[in-house]
Amino acid sequence: MRINESTSVAAPPDTVWNYLADPENYLRFMSGITHWEVVGDHANGLGARYRILVRVGAAEVGGLVEMVEWSEPFDIAWHSVTGVDHRGRFRIREQRPGRTRIEYRFAYGVVGGGPAGLLTELAAAYPVRRQMRRTLRELKRQVEHEQRRLEAERRRGRVTTA
Amino acid sequence: MYYREEEPQGLVQRLGRFARERVARRLSAHLEDRDPDYLREALPLLWLLSTFYFRGEVRDLGNIPADRPALLVGNHSGGNVIVDTFVFSLAFSTYFGVERPFHQLAHNLAIAWPFAGELLRKSGTMSASHEHAEKALEAGAPVLVYPGGDWETHRPSWRGNEIDFAGRKGFIKLALDAGVPIVPVVSIGGQETALFLSQGGGLARALRLDKLLRLKVLPISIALPWGLNVGDFAGHIPLPSKITIEVLPPIDVEREFGPDPDPDEVYAYVTARMQDALDGLAAERRLPVIG
Repeated sequence: MRINESTSVAAPPDTVWNYLADPENYLRFMSGITHWEVVGDHANGLGARYRILVRVGAAEVGGLVEMVEWSEPFDIAWHSVTGVDHRGRFRIREQRPGRTRIEYRFAYGVVGGGPAGLLTELAAAYPVRRQMRRTLRELKRQVEHEQRRLEAERRRGRVTTA
Repeated sequence: MYYREEEPQGLVQRLGRFARERVARRLSAHLEDRDPDYLREALPLLWLLSTFYFRGEVRDLGNIPADRPALLVGNHSGGNVIVDTFVFSLAFSTYFGVERPFHQLAHNLAIAWPFAGELLRKSGTMSASHEHAEKALEAGAPVLVYPGGDWETHRPSWRGNEIDFAGRKGFIKLALDAGVPIVPVVSIGGQETALFLSQGGGLARALRLDKLLRLKVLPISIALPWGLNVGDFAGHIPLPSKITIEVLPPIDVEREFGPDPDPDEVYAYVTARMQDALDGLAAERRLPVIG
């Protein structure tokens, strides 16, 4: 099952990227997340590993994930190493100066589960999509807040310099 | 002169020996019988049932030590259809990953069943014995035990919110011998999956089931699809009762009670903490079954 959701934020790609590249921010904007922990030496970048858990229905689903794409400021993608098989991606593209489109792609599969596996993929789609939408809403709010903070900082800097 | 033990020759004797060997094999602890791939493939069905039928909710799994073994002590509910164990197994497997070894102890009778027993062993279940639990703990796996066993799981539905280990304290010795903490696991809702009427302890003794099959009970309940259900040997279709499970903080027996603790004191402490948690869960419940 593959689910795509997107949003448009009033901020340049760099601001979005800087926000998404900081692992500490994930607990703030990802909906349903119950655990986010850096595993290993790298906090971010290609090969960084995290233990993530997200509540879906009666279970906290997730496991160890590894960053498999880290193309600044365009794409962040990860694959599961252990736990439920899934892969995810944040795709960041400039729409026009000062405005960015963020696409959140999430694909998961239940290998070998037979008919119950297929049914589970379908049944989980609704709660997963709902959480992705909430995640993007919160991400938009946080990034736009960060952008306003940066602009205010720049204005203050200009006034001080003048 | 050589003596050779005579082997049974008749078909009946050979079949008897075959059956005895098969049962003995099933009742012995083979940690490697646990199959993570089987578990991974079983998770979708467990998730569907837990999410939509039992509306399962498992809280505070983070209280289970992530990097060392622990003795998980639960209250047993639901008759022979222990739905709270299925909900907990799903939650454990998705939280820690199927790769983390995890074993449960179950009654000999459940393990010895030809098909269901096989599935139970693949999911890490072993027949209940001190040695089996010790072996799994030594291997570094958390082990889930239900000290109340068949006595507690068949208690009447109106006593569903009571912890009743029937004075069984073996789990305390087990935790001390293995040097692992006790992690209480408290669940509610299982005793609402049928109308449990009586444990039938007197009936089991009268029929000598305690001697023949290690059964202390011959429970009587009203359950689907049987109506009046005596024994619950074939299980039943559970009502869609909401299952809520809470994992309590670990109890380090030696640290809290000294190197030579009084088992009665530890037993009273553990069951009191579990009863407090169960009272809390019961207070949240508004209606039977619905939760």
